[in-house]
Amino acid sequence: MTNLLEIHSLTMMFGGLKAVDDIDIYVAPKEIAALIGPNGAGKTTVFNCITGIYNPTEGDIFVCRPGGVKKRINGIKINKATELGIARTFQNTRLFPNMTVLENVMIGRHCRTRAGVLGAFLRDSSTLREEQQIIDFSYDILVHVGLADQVNELAKNLPYGDQRRLEIARAMATEPFLLLLDEPAAGMNPRETDELRELIDRIRNDKAISVLMIEHDMKMVMGISDRIFVLDYGKKIAEGTPEEIRENPVVIKAYLGEDFTIDA
Amino acid sequence: MNIFSELKKSLIVALWFVFLTFPIMVIRVNTIEKIIEWRWRNMLIIAIGSFLVSLLWRYLLTRKQTQTDSQLEKRPLSQLIFEEPKVYKPILVLIGLFVVIFPFIFSSYQINIMTTALMYVMLGLGLNIVVGLAGLLDLGYVAFYAVGAYTYALINHHFGLGFWTILPVGALLAAFFGILLGFPVLRLRGDYLAIVTLGFGEIIRLILENWNEFSFGPSGIAHISRPGFMGINLNLNESIIYLYYLMIFFCLITIFVINRLQNSRIGRAWIALREDEVACQAMGIDKTKTKLTAFALGATWAGMVGVIFAAKTTFVNPASFTFLESAMILSIVVLGGMGSIVGVFIAAMILILTPEYLRAFSNYRMLLFGAVMVLMMVFRPQGIVPNVRRFYRFRRVTSNPGNLYDKSS
Ligand SMILES: Nc1ncnc2c1ncn2[C@@H]1O[C@H](COP(=O)(O)OP(=O)(O)OP(=O)(O)O)[C@@H](O)[C@H]1O
Ligand SMILES: [Mg+2]
Repeated sequence: MTNLLEIHSLTMMFGGLKAVDDIDIYVAPKEIAALIGPNGAGKTTVFNCITGIYNPTEGDIFVCRPGGVKKRINGIKINKATELGIARTFQNTRLFPNMTVLENVMIGRHCRTRAGVLGAFLRDSSTLREEQQIIDFSYDILVHVGLADQVNELAKNLPYGDQRRLEIARAMATEPFLLLLDEPAAGMNPRETDELRELIDRIRNDKAISVLMIEHDMKMVMGISDRIFVLDYGKKIAEGTPEEIRENPVVIKAYLGEDFTIDA
Repeated sequence: MNIFSELKKSLIVALWFVFLTFPIMVIRVNTIEKIIEWRWRNMLIIAIGSFLVSLLWRYLLTRKQTQTDSQLEKRPLSQLIFEEPKVYKPILVLIGLFVVIFPFIFSSYQINIMTTALMYVMLGLGLNIVVGLAGLLDLGYVAFYAVGAYTYALINHHFGLGFWTILPVGALLAAFFGILLGFPVLRLRGDYLAIVTLGFGEIIRLILENWNEFSFGPSGIAHISRPGFMGINLNLNESIIYLYYLMIFFCLITIFVINRLQNSRIGRAWIALREDEVACQAMGIDKTKTKLTAFALGATWAGMVGVIFAAKTTFVNPASFTFLESAMILSIVVLGGMGSIVGVFIAAMILILTPEYLRAFSNYRMLLFGAVMVLMMVFRPQGIVPNVRRFYRFRRVTSNPGNLYDKSS
């Protein structure tokens, strides 16, 4: 099977700073891949290049929906990337704070629905049907991520861990084939992290969505990933299964210091 | 402990005010008799007054800070009212009755004022789309109002076409100008957007003022036809009443449409755009399209009210479309509560009607206006009637996992 995401020699410069330096990454269908590396390694920048927030200085980004054709998406408009089927969460959660939990997810349905201004005025049967479908679909996802009891709460009033899960739910509502998670476990306690890990696993298994995630929690990364890419100062220094990464001396040296072992 | 520090702070404030006002409130130099009068009583009043005001201010601030704003636990009265048919139905009937008999119990002067207030309700609701829902701070909204008014004035002057024919034309033309303004400001946000829209409003006004051949300059256009009623020509009194009912009708339509827009796919996209532009795009929403529809739809309303304004006053000139007008409409939106229909309605009534009925205080009008705005922003930034998001009810039916719930709201 072809890869869903293929990045070839991606370089992103900010002025003189090479935030991402000639890296290759790929994600296969139904796979959970992880992107790790110390702070400032360029991980978020890679995400921003994939989702069209930045236009890469050099290199190619290809995506291929399962059963679709391969497409180069360098410099794509942000909303077009989502329409193609790449959804993401943000390192610092970016919810719509004054909308309810349900509405946050409903926004995710925007690119998969059609109703226009006229439909809103007239509320004809097809608009009403679509609106109901949006509500149903969104509620289903909230049940899936375990936020069904907070549907009417404003997003800003949710505890931090729930906000992170809501962001995942919102991304799921866009029906992606590839989900990019930027530090989903940041700020979560161990129990929440376990729940999250189980959720990500379920997303992959039930919905056949591939996941590429940035994460600092080594226990989670090692436990869940099929493949790990390690960045350091914008360069890819290693790639492999959790076992390979755990034993890779370059990673241990660069990422965790000289006398350190990755235990998971 | 806490109380003592509050008291101490208020005491400092009082002393500071005494010091500041000392030269003007306490000392009076009588230049004729060459003596200095010391008015110690004023000092005492200022000291006590500022001390008490400061104390009250602090108390209100701390009270505000301890409040939580969970949508579930503390839902505002306004929303509870609208959820209970037993409560809101009689209220609506009463309001409706009052609205209908209003022209028969009040003088035509008062009807006129009410019509003006209703026009501002409509303008406020239109701007509410742009500022309240889409979060685009537009300080040049009056430009679209002017476009509507001049569309009717000019076409009526040159071709003699009537109100009802021009109404859609004015609305469409205003929408077109909305898009025209929308394109260059697509990338702008916040303060930058405000400045450009402010400039746009001024440009339109200056064109109208200076392009004499086109707009007849500052002297304006007079003798614009009043709206006809099915071909019958109305006398002045009748047409005032007619316009009043017309405005009621338009306001109802506006409320109806905006209410539907608010909870539609487009309305939610506007709110998402206001809340977080990047996240909004990352949800697959086309920023360009969404912003332009907001500008266009907001402008449409201003254009319609513009046509009505020209028909009501039968005279337009650029002096009616100054920045102050934009500021007034914006104040209505902010004071009422961003995105809230009831709030905008109440705020328009307060801001337009009170100055009319408080003519005695007309010298202090702007002062009072400013004071009210400052107080609102400090203690109730969400407006008189804050916008509350829609409430959805789900009932879980465990036996059928495909259809877990049942929507009823
Ligand atoms: N828009 C930008 N303009 C200039 N420099 C940037 C920009 N975005 C990121 N950088 C720089 O690029 C480098 C990589 O940043 P990036 O956010 O991708 O790191 P990261 O791996 O996500 O780190 P963290 O683990 O802290 O999130 C940093 O040195 C950062 O300062
Ligand atoms: Mg990052």
